[in-house]
Amino acid sequence: MNALELSGVQTRIGRYDVLHDISFSVPEGGVFVLLGRNGAGKTTTLRSIMGLRAPHAGSVRFRGEEIAGLHPSVIARRGVAFVPEDMGIFRSLTVAENMTLATLRGRFDGARLEWIHSLFPALKTFWNSTAGGLSGGQKQMLAVARAIIEPRALIMIDEPTKGLAPAIVDAMAEAFREIARDTTILLVEQNFEFARSLGRDMGVIEDGRIVHTGTMAAFAEDRALQTRLLSLSV
Amino acid sequence: MTKLGPGGWSVRLIVLAIGVALLLAPFLFPGVRPIQVAARICVFIVLVASYDLLIGYTGVVSFAHTMFFGLGAYGTAIALSQSDASWGALLIGGALGVLAALVLAVLIGLLSLRVRAIFFAMVTLAVASVALVLASQLSGLTGGEDGLTYSTPDLFSPATPLWHDAAGKTARLFGVRMDGQILAYYLVFFCALLLYLLLLRVTVSPLGTVLKAIRENEARAEALGYRVVAYRTFVFGFTAVMAALAGVLYAIWLQYTGPDTTLSFEIMVDILLMVVIGGMGTMWGAVIGAAALVMAQYYLRDVMQAAAGATAGLPLLPALLNPDRWLLWLGIAFILLVYFFPAGIAGTLTRREARK
Repeated sequence: MNALELSGVQTRIGRYDVLHDISFSVPEGGVFVLLGRNGAGKTTTLRSIMGLRAPHAGSVRFRGEEIAGLHPSVIARRGVAFVPEDMGIFRSLTVAENMTLATLRGRFDGARLEWIHSLFPALKTFWNSTAGGLSGGQKQMLAVARAIIEPRALIMIDEPTKGLAPAIVDAMAEAFREIARDTTILLVEQNFEFARSLGRDMGVIEDGRIVHTGTMAAFAEDRALQTRLLSLSV
Repeated sequence: MTKLGPGGWSVRLIVLAIGVALLLAPFLFPGVRPIQVAARICVFIVLVASYDLLIGYTGVVSFAHTMFFGLGAYGTAIALSQSDASWGALLIGGALGVLAALVLAVLIGLLSLRVRAIFFAMVTLAVASVALVLASQLSGLTGGEDGLTYSTPDLFSPATPLWHDAAGKTARLFGVRMDGQILAYYLVFFCALLLYLLLLRVTVSPLGTVLKAIRENEARAEALGYRVVAYRTFVFGFTAVMAALAGVLYAIWLQYTGPDTTLSFEIMVDILLMVVIGGMGTMWGAVIGAAALVMAQYYLRDVMQAAAGATAGLPLLPALLNPDRWLLWLGIAFILLVYFFPAGIAGTLTRREARK
């Protein structure tokens, strides 16, 4: 069964059609990577799935149920988490308050919190600190931790390595591998090496359309395809 | 952040000092005027704290807060003026005023809180204007521009002794007559304290955290699963009820309700000034802002009169310190406060302590 299926999704921003025809399926479990050049429509695709930018046509099915047009809070409560590119943390609140907000019931599962602290030890250290004072890497950890504080069926993460130091990127990759053991991750990423190390399946967006889907292993082997679709020379 | 919400020790000490002064006001500052000032401060603490929950914690800009304040006051006033000064009339009138505020707030919230902040602010301004005009024009019910003067239950009358001394006269405690007015003051004080603590409790509850999250990043809060419109509507209704209850207290205390004392835009401006002076989003600031501005409104002229007298022999100063120019000096004081305390008194002091 697929975790997510998009079919003919079209989204406008103002008067402009940004997504023309987005159709792809994300299998249950593992990491699905969405690649594409800047401005291709990757972020808008994630925002359309989350309901933050409602599609005006097409279908978005999450675990077989239509979610296109639903309110973001409803989609979130159905088990979809979204980590935006700007991380979306609440700067004036503490790390603990940021995490509490993501639980919805206001209570932590102790074992799960321990697991998160083992993935991101810095969050335990700065638990009562204001989130605005964290470093960029720590903010990204908090953003991801918030998405996994409760079991989610799908976590969408938008460019998590942007502007991060290589050591933090490695730690983040390790954490994602751990998270993907029991959760489906839809990852938008510009760092191809990072994406390749994590992705099982992938798709490429170009000008608001899905132009390629397949396995990451096959795509990583096909340098001509990479060059044509992403102007990559790996 | 602690269980009592954000606020350094200096802020808490100031608030504690104001609280103690208000608790002992009838004994520390005997006389009619000081007790009037103290009661007004108590009522405005609730009014300003509820507005701070709305604007400082949730980021909702509303100009209808005085309207809700007025609904509570007019509900009480109309009931008391059209019947005997009974407890039943007071309770029913007050309850109806509070209920009217709640219903109106929920309606405005559901219809208008989806739109952008500036449009919502304009909607509340329009509704508040309509309420002010209605209060002036429905003179048969509201007393029009003259307002309503009425009696409260005898227990609150200055002529009612709370207990008698050995000579059968109204007893005195530390030289202060123990009469109905003292009882009315303490009713206002303790009700205001209760409402303020309730508002303070909300800000440190999980609901308060959600409200701060909504203020900071509405879309993010929605993506985490929170219905922003529902939360905003709830807070708008809750703060309207708090404002209406403050109106009920004010109506009981003043035994007069008119457009100028409850519904006017001058009061709305006062509330905004108190929130800014105290510190937006601090809740402690409501106490400091309300006390500072009410004291200035009542006593700045006296201080200037004394200062003008003291500088009588000097050129220019006596003219500048003429009590008629008190608003000018209040404006200057406000500008200096904003300059030296950009986050309000409570906000700036808390930040300074946090940096140490």
